[in-house]
Amino acid sequence: MAEGDRQAAQTDSVYRHEVAENLPAHSHHDAEVFVEARLTRYWRANLRVLTTLLGVWAFVAFGCGIVLGDWLDQFHIGGFPLGFWFTQQGAMLVFVALIAVYHLWMSRIERAHGVDDDPDRSVSPAGKPRR
Amino acid sequence: MSSQGYSFLFVGLSFALYIGIAFWSRVASTREFYVAGGGVHPIVNGMATAADWMSAASFLSVAGLIAFAGRDGSVYIIGWTGGFVLLALLLAPYLRKFGRFTVPEFIGDRYYSNAARVVAVICLLFISFTYIAGQMRGVGIVFSRFLEVDIDTGVVVGMAIVFVYAVMGGMKGITYTQVAQYCVLIFAFLVPAVFLSIMWTDNPIPQLGFGSRLNDGSGLTVLQKLDQVTVELGFSAYTQSHRSVIDSVAIVAALMIGTAGLPHVIVRFFTVPRVSDARRSAGYALAFICVMYTTIPAVAVFARLNLSESVNEAAYATAPAWVKNWENTGLIAWQDKNDDGIIQYRAGAPFAPAKPEFTEARGRHGERLLGNAPGANANELYVDPDIMVMANPEIAGLPGWVIGLIAAGAVAAALSTAAGLLLVISSSVSHDLLKRTFAPSISDRAELRCARLAAVAAILVAGWFGINPPAFVAQTVAFAFGMAAATLFPAIVLGIFSKRVNQPGAVTGMLAGLAFTLGYIVYFNFVAPELNQSEHWLLGISPTGIGALGALLNTAVAIAISRVTAPPPIAVQEMVDDIRIPSGAGIAHHH
Repeated sequence: MAEGDRQAAQTDSVYRHEVAENLPAHSHHDAEVFVEARLTRYWRANLRVLTTLLGVWAFVAFGCGIVLGDWLDQFHIGGFPLGFWFTQQGAMLVFVALIAVYHLWMSRIERAHGVDDDPDRSVSPAGKPRR
Repeated sequence: MSSQGYSFLFVGLSFALYIGIAFWSRVASTREFYVAGGGVHPIVNGMATAADWMSAASFLSVAGLIAFAGRDGSVYIIGWTGGFVLLALLLAPYLRKFGRFTVPEFIGDRYYSNAARVVAVICLLFISFTYIAGQMRGVGIVFSRFLEVDIDTGVVVGMAIVFVYAVMGGMKGITYTQVAQYCVLIFAFLVPAVFLSIMWTDNPIPQLGFGSRLNDGSGLTVLQKLDQVTVELGFSAYTQSHRSVIDSVAIVAALMIGTAGLPHVIVRFFTVPRVSDARRSAGYALAFICVMYTTIPAVAVFARLNLSESVNEAAYATAPAWVKNWENTGLIAWQDKNDDGIIQYRAGAPFAPAKPEFTEARGRHGERLLGNAPGANANELYVDPDIMVMANPEIAGLPGWVIGLIAAGAVAAALSTAAGLLLVISSSVSHDLLKRTFAPSISDRAELRCARLAAVAAILVAGWFGINPPAFVAQTVAFAFGMAAATLFPAIVLGIFSKRVNQPGAVTGMLAGLAFTLGYIVYFNFVAPELNQSEHWLLGISPTGIGALGALLNTAVAIAISRVTAPPPIAVQEMVDDIRIPSGAGIAHHH
């Protein structure tokens, strides 16, 4: 994420309408266009994250677990044939890790695009802190 | 104290705990009833989700299933756990942002139609009731074996307990009870697993133990030994897989998509405060589930070893007591084909039909005689896979309190899932059918009263299933997951990731997925069960895996029909834009 992007995000969240409303009319329009472009960028970034992580997910579940299973059995991890280990242990560990990575990665992207839901930083549509 | 005494003690104590929590968490508003007020911490919610999702089948049956299926059983493990990745990445954050109470509510609002909402409610009711039937059977098994009370009495007691905390506390009561139930069931599952692992390998961690060397000085690893034993007895090697690749892929996909489409799991992510908490909570839920699911394959391996080593070639007259105990419940049967008084355990079905049909008479050695025709093979032993977890402590000679613990754990697993299902049933009836469709003018208090009445009705139906279990419980699992995969999941994902999919597309898609999947399962299980073999299956995909094709069909139909009809209204497209952004989620609210 570009540093400029991140700074812009911090000063202008989608739901901070009051910022835009206090500006002259033409800037109001500019701000809206700007917000829309930023949301599109956010959504694209989100889809990139999903494609990457689901790619890993499918490779581990269907690839290591099933299709490549017999081939992987020639390697061993401890007393486990590797393919067998993936189907009964490894795949699950990868799944947990994937959700953890997803959470951390998305939190960064959301902060950078100013769409995160941190109650300490973001402000509700009514202009009051949400809690 | 006897193991039965311990069972009564532990089950009684856990019931007292659940009822205590129920009184502490009584609710007065629909928001608390449906989504626990929306303020549940992600760790608490993750733990409750884990208990909600881990059913009696997870606790009692999966280890037994894998013990007998070996590597082929892995598809269930990968499928059920992998579904949480889909849930976390594709559903949880967006549904939390949507911020209402139920799954049909999302489908009804996104596809701006009561028809879509009602179709979703029907799918949800079908999924939930088939699932509950299995839970009640689990409660029945535990009560009849460990407490030696009548199955019917056991089911009634179980239902009464769920009644107290689900009807009084709604989602709030259920959430905090489920946290307690998770602790009970995970402790109950891990203790025997640790004992077994130490017994065979000296390694106290079961996940590592079943890949270690045996402690008998033979130098073999546990898996090498098990492969050896299974091959010797005429089975195929434990670590080898035999299912076709396409069928394995389809089953894994159907179970994953089905898991992510289970309404009682999805609805849990409505209860956390923020969108990021929904993601985090899904992660915690899977981590808590994996504590148990990584232990299951280890238990399966040790159980299979124990069974082969302790029963095969043992004289029936001097066989361990657990063999006779379980024979009395009808879940073990022995037919002395060669009349030598010794139990031979080999590959193949011991007799036909596959389920034992006991006559009243006893044989020469005191065994229960069977009316079944003996099979041509040398196998004399019938073991119901469902008993592997429950019989494990007895087989391994563990102390009586471990058996009591298993009883309490299995009941906790069954009740937590049943309660979660009852809640989605009652909320979809009171909220989606009454409030949102047929009686919009109903007040908050009247709605809450209806929700409680619906919960009572659902409990009665579930109890009826428990007392008169349908003969096809095993197949109902395939039903529930196949249906969830083919109906709800595609409709929700398309609703989030496409702004173009509209009402006619989604409704026909769901109906197409439903008809195809249901038709396929019913055809192969009930209409023509004799054809239920891989050469007759469509593309070689078994009824268990057909939900994956159903989901594809649903998606294809929904997209195709949407292309040729008008796009959704602007307001709906704006709603989709809104749920895609995490900020400004607020709390779950009324329409």
